[in-house]
Amino acid sequence: MLIKRPDDIRSSDITSESIYKERRRFMQGAIGAGLVAGIGLNIPSDATAKEKAIINQDFPKLPKSAFNISDELTTYKDITTYNNFYEFGTDKSDPARYAHTLQTRPWSIRVEGEVENAGNIDIEEVLKLFTLEERIYRLRCVEGWSMVIPWVGFPLQALLKRFKPTSKAKYVMFVTKNDPKQMPGVRNTLLHWPYVEGLRIDEAMNPLTLLAVGLYGNVLPNQNGAPLRLVVPWKYGFKSIKSIVEIRLVEKPPITTWMRAAPSEYGFYSNVNPEVSHPRWSQKRERRIGHFFKQDTLMFNGYGEQVADLYTGMNLTKNF
Amino acid sequence: MNAIRFIDQVLKPILFLLSLLPLALLIGQFLTDTLGTNPVETLTSTTGEWTLHFLIITLCITPLRKISGWHGLIKLRRMFGLFSFFYAFLHVLIYTVFEHSLDLFAIIEDIIERPFILLGFVSFLMLIPLALTSTNKMVKRLGGHTWQQLHRLIYPLTIGGALHFLWLAQSKVDVRSPLVYLIIISVLLILRYPPIIQKLTKR
Repeated sequence: MLIKRPDDIRSSDITSESIYKERRRFMQGAIGAGLVAGIGLNIPSDATAKEKAIINQDFPKLPKSAFNISDELTTYKDITTYNNFYEFGTDKSDPARYAHTLQTRPWSIRVEGEVENAGNIDIEEVLKLFTLEERIYRLRCVEGWSMVIPWVGFPLQALLKRFKPTSKAKYVMFVTKNDPKQMPGVRNTLLHWPYVEGLRIDEAMNPLTLLAVGLYGNVLPNQNGAPLRLVVPWKYGFKSIKSIVEIRLVEKPPITTWMRAAPSEYGFYSNVNPEVSHPRWSQKRERRIGHFFKQDTLMFNGYGEQVADLYTGMNLTKNF
Repeated sequence: MNAIRFIDQVLKPILFLLSLLPLALLIGQFLTDTLGTNPVETLTSTTGEWTLHFLIITLCITPLRKISGWHGLIKLRRMFGLFSFFYAFLHVLIYTVFEHSLDLFAIIEDIIERPFILLGFVSFLMLIPLALTSTNKMVKRLGGHTWQQLHRLIYPLTIGGALHFLWLAQSKVDVRSPLVYLIIISVLLILRYPPIIQKLTKR
């Protein structure tokens, strides 16, 4: 199959806003119906057929990334119904159940701090300006499970370059939307809101670091961090912040939400590292969703070739 | 039918079957692939929670007896205690088989390095002598007084089990569920405080 060069994708190939809004509503309904059927005793044997019917609608002709891995993909159902998104509840099934109240249009991202061109960028602009591709990445949760997800997105470095970070920009801070009216979970104080994450500037500029707008060829479902989220595949999943409203270039490393909640358990770097255990559990092995028994966890989640030299000379046990 | 025969021939069998329901549900879900996206996690947490449920039910028997005056309830206590052990055993089995694939070194490492696992393991160890001495023969062999002293282990082991759950939940910051268990267990222990028991006992 011919792999299109980026300039071959016209903006008209990308579904217009009204159409993918429609499809998203349909998808959420279809997933809902699938969930209801799932609670009954009979699982439709055409579950895979159902998935095949709904995926690859919004972004049908994506070029494939050189970073794609060949691991077996996690199902669309598992990816969209097993989520940690505490803004919508702390059970894994809560985000799929409650995230429908999130308004993903209008949506703009504020880019400010140590940049020459601080400003807002609308999500529609993002979809037109940046070349989208399919990126199949591993995602490893700090809890000890993992998935393989076919994201739709573009490198974070492309967006950052547009705003021209200055030499003072040493770190990038990200902020999630925080609205108790749309997000029932932020009415409690289990975590400090808004959700904040951060990367060192070279981690942010690494070609692997992705801003994702979709998965499985469709617009991101709300529970997966619509309309724009980060994916940093060599770090534990909580660093892949969802539903981004602000990106700030800063001089000092930001204190992330999980660092604040449990500093002895969750560090700034949180690189996937089988040699550094979490206080409550070992990180040597992981449960790949879809498999019953555990498998070995890879250093940097298997992305050592791309990112190991970001950390040469660093003590990764101290800088966990 | 008198009260004792009612308990032995009607109530006990019904409650026995009901106590097997959680396991039956898990098996049913396993067979229909409705254990969820992370089936081992579902199995582990469900068996753990039912261990706590049955320990709490067991701890309810004595206060209920004293308050209601229905001494026949004592006949149910052993059954519920053994179900606690049963679900605890399943919980430990799932952990050793599916978390660690029966790798003894990995299990020992977990127990040594993770305090919350050590706590769970010790609590389970305390349940074993209670299960082994649950028969009428063992009560006679130990003598009522010694038997009673040994079975007081249910207090620390239940608290240990709830704290094991709390300690794990702390890492996900949502400690509401384990805290509810700890409150219920505390109330049940307070109800055993002699001055309170005396006030509650039906004459």
